[in-house]
Amino acid sequence: MYDFNYEKATSVDGAASTLSGADDGKFMAGGMTLLPTLKQRLAMPSDVIDLGGIPELVGITVDASSVTIGAMTPHAVVHASADVQKAIPALAKLAGLIGDPMVRNRGTIGGSISNNDPAADYPSAVVGLGATVHTTKREIAGDDFFTGMFETALEEDEIVTKVVFPIPEKAAYMKFPNPASRYAVVGTFVSQGPQGTRVAVTGAGPCVFRQSDMEAALTSSFAPESVENIKQDDEDMNSDIHASAEYRAHLVTIMAKRAVAEANG
Amino acid sequence: MPDGSIGTPIKRREDQRFLTGTGRYVDDFNRPGQTYAWMVRSSVAHAKIKSVDTSKAEAAPGVVMILTGADWAADEVGGLPCGWQVIGKNEIPMHEPLHPALVADKVRHVGDNLAVVIAETKEQARDAAELIEFDLEELPAVVSMVDAAAEGAALVHDDLPSNLCYDWEIGVKDEVDAIFDKADHVTKLDLINNRLVANPIEPRAALAEYDPAGDHYTLHTTSQNPHVIRLLMGAFVLSIPEHKLRVVAPDVGGGFGTKIYHYAEEAILTWASKKVRRPIKWTADRSDSFMTDAQGRDHVTTGELALDKDGHFLGLRVMTNANMGGYLSTFAPAIPTYLYATLLAGLYKTPAIYCCVNAWFTNTVPVDAYRGAGRPEACYLIERLVEQAARETGIEKTEIRRRNFIAVSEMPYQTPVALEYDSGDFIRNLEDGLEASDYNGFASRRADSEKNGKLRGIGLATYIEACGIAPSAVAGALGARAGLFESAEVRVHPTGSVTVFTGSHQHGQGHETTFAQLVADGLGVSVDSVEVVHGDTDRIQFGMGTYGSRSLAVGGSAIVKAMDKVVEKGKKIAAHLLEASVDDIEFDAGTFRVSGTDKELGIGDIALTAYVPHNYPIEELEPGLDETAFYDPKNFTYPNGCHVAEVEIDPETGVVGLCSFHAIDDFGKIINPMIVEGQVHGGLVQGIGQALMENCEYDDQGQLITGSFNDYCLPRADDVPNFVVGTNEGAPCTHNPLGVKGCGEAGTIGAGAAVTNAVLDALGTRGIHDIDMPATSHKVWQALQQSNG
Repeated sequence: MYDFNYEKATSVDGAASTLSGADDGKFMAGGMTLLPTLKQRLAMPSDVIDLGGIPELVGITVDASSVTIGAMTPHAVVHASADVQKAIPALAKLAGLIGDPMVRNRGTIGGSISNNDPAADYPSAVVGLGATVHTTKREIAGDDFFTGMFETALEEDEIVTKVVFPIPEKAAYMKFPNPASRYAVVGTFVSQGPQGTRVAVTGAGPCVFRQSDMEAALTSSFAPESVENIKQDDEDMNSDIHASAEYRAHLVTIMAKRAVAEANG
Repeated sequence: MPDGSIGTPIKRREDQRFLTGTGRYVDDFNRPGQTYAWMVRSSVAHAKIKSVDTSKAEAAPGVVMILTGADWAADEVGGLPCGWQVIGKNEIPMHEPLHPALVADKVRHVGDNLAVVIAETKEQARDAAELIEFDLEELPAVVSMVDAAAEGAALVHDDLPSNLCYDWEIGVKDEVDAIFDKADHVTKLDLINNRLVANPIEPRAALAEYDPAGDHYTLHTTSQNPHVIRLLMGAFVLSIPEHKLRVVAPDVGGGFGTKIYHYAEEAILTWASKKVRRPIKWTADRSDSFMTDAQGRDHVTTGELALDKDGHFLGLRVMTNANMGGYLSTFAPAIPTYLYATLLAGLYKTPAIYCCVNAWFTNTVPVDAYRGAGRPEACYLIERLVEQAARETGIEKTEIRRRNFIAVSEMPYQTPVALEYDSGDFIRNLEDGLEASDYNGFASRRADSEKNGKLRGIGLATYIEACGIAPSAVAGALGARAGLFESAEVRVHPTGSVTVFTGSHQHGQGHETTFAQLVADGLGVSVDSVEVVHGDTDRIQFGMGTYGSRSLAVGGSAIVKAMDKVVEKGKKIAAHLLEASVDDIEFDAGTFRVSGTDKELGIGDIALTAYVPHNYPIEELEPGLDETAFYDPKNFTYPNGCHVAEVEIDPETGVVGLCSFHAIDDFGKIINPMIVEGQVHGGLVQGIGQALMENCEYDDQGQLITGSFNDYCLPRADDVPNFVVGTNEGAPCTHNPLGVKGCGEAGTIGAGAAVTNAVLDALGTRGIHDIDMPATSHKVWQALQQSNG
């Protein structure tokens, strides 16, 4: 790593003001992306501001209509939460599929969505459930939060504080993992409920997207047969040594079909 | 059986320290005043070095010294040597271009060594390295062997006429061609044996110290063979006499072959330690491992099997292109020749075999032995051909094997490719493998899979391999520049405990346990009273180290020979103490007895007497009870077995699920069944990794695309099923005192072929009859698309 100033913030205001005073500061959530980046000397921030000392950012609350997850809540906690498992089992399952046990003990939802890796899992849940992202400055609808590869609607000094997931009638997440990294080659989150019928796909393209043809078909009939013949256009799909664009496009349909079957129980 | 004796699965005593964080690996050693080295490596595959400017770097904080290829060349130190000379067709020896530890003229692969920065801290060294200015003129990279062989291809080594290292053959081509011309059927396959990165859990490391008072060097290094490093580096690189050089390989976290070789960092640090006059320490990152550890396999082969109308094998004809990488690693030339082509008979009576091997230099990381080293490549070729021939002729795949197996009655069996097999019951292993895997029940399991829309396949690999390397004269005749004996000193202490100094080295094999079991059994002492010492050239007589599944067969036999000498001397002492003739003394289970009487003494009494020689035949016998033996094996050993893999493929995604894996192996006599089972498991996982997951890839510029675990898919525990393994001990090795054959590599040898054959058995129902390793879901899906389209 290059040298940097390290500070463990005790409040979001303190964190934001440290950032604005730094030459080139970076917030750190779980560090599961940032630390490897620093170790490989691919980034050179002047300051690393650790958000792990702000207790009000951690925690899960569930009421009749929504599940609220604090931005600094580790994936392992979400996965193990009996409340989340009861209210939105697909979300608990998703959290349990992220990375590996060490990553899940440190990685957080706030960090994941702020980074917006095209192969991350959480973005598909945020869009797939029509969640709302709360920040230090405002509330951002899930559909508006993810704007491009590694890009979000967040401003430079804006910190995610919590994500509010509306509870659907039914939902499921199907992930086809890269066998090496276990990131999502394709991850499809489907749901039906007060936020409508949603099919959110991560991993396949540069950014999470909604598959509108599948959503239309599922709105008529929420059954696997409704989507099994819908082809995803491969034109903007990612392509690398692990999966071609055609393969990913094909897997979008397969994962959607399987997710719908699982959502129907 | 008494606890700890041969055949008992006692727990490994070394695991206590390994599992509680108290192992002592090279990186755990620290010396007062030590400095840290950072290697500056090329980020391009092929470039001329026009200039190097270290002035800014030298002024950086904490920098002690910076050394480049020009400094290495100026000191007239030798290049890293190759330990095996292959002589090709027409007596033409292989090309052996210079392999400098630090390069001055050009870089020949991503990761090639440009400079070393030595500083007070590792971070300071790394910071300073970024300030070195290199003017590199990039050259076209030859990455694949097709590139390397092309007319007008860029030369990896400018002093050679081409990129061909050698053109070698075994067998008589005309005779084999004539057989093929007359054969009823020929099965032909083009195969790739894909390149792998070994990734032992401990990256390489080195710590070098120079003591000016004694003009003496000490090198701690992650090596499988410290004496070999001392010899190669001392004699051929740095001109340091062996008595002035100590090499220590302490606890080492896995090797799999990659830690056999004499690497640049060992020589650089030792050389620099005299200049710097302070200890220098270097520890690789995992990224370093990916681009500097010798990689494995990388063959492209065309193989043909000639059969008569009854499915008997008449001949085998093989052309293999083998990748050497940018430089010759220490044993690289031997792997695709003497450890590969000589195994092409497999378990079969094929009477005529011809194999031609062309080895090529390319702008990639050097390739050398990796667990199995040539034998997985041979088994993969043969067993793929056998099952393909079965498909083409309609002869069932176990039946075609039975028709061609060498029978027990034909042992010892001289193959047409130099090796003579001593023992093995191949039919028995096959029958046991088929029964264990419920081969006969496969059809109904396949029907069940099909009901669920899945494709099911079962595949075999019946293999034999040659290990326990090697008879020195034979190896020498084939081009080895070293002997391949092993050594042991068995030192019985005055109060009866025993220390064994072995030339073998453990980096996962469990020798501290297994060798203690040998001694407990051989001398009749408790296993807890035996200590096994390895890895330090100052403490141990010359040994060749551990690889090629040789430690038990060769190292263990040396221990047996040393124990024989101990017992022989003990009998003389006992004869004196018991007032009997030495010919009347028997030794059994720790007791020396006058035969036919109850006059006896324990080995403890004998040991004490040897060191307190008051009542002692001092005129005829020296005091002490401490014997050394060097053992040169009479032949290779030939483990063999039957591996059965069963897979289920999801055609919607191409995912290959490995449902079961059964392995029946003949390792001769088994010393510790638990350790053997562990070795088989490890080998199977690596073989399955090659078949389904692992692939080292370069782009057309020679960039290593799979340079981390994000992209290089190393298997994990949940990728494999619980293995069912068994051993047959009915055919012990006939030529070493233990009857053992070695087990360390067998898992990798059979697994690749068994799994690939299973995948093809499943895909065959969709008209797909060929696929290369690794059979990833992507590749399988693409094959399914092409067969539909």
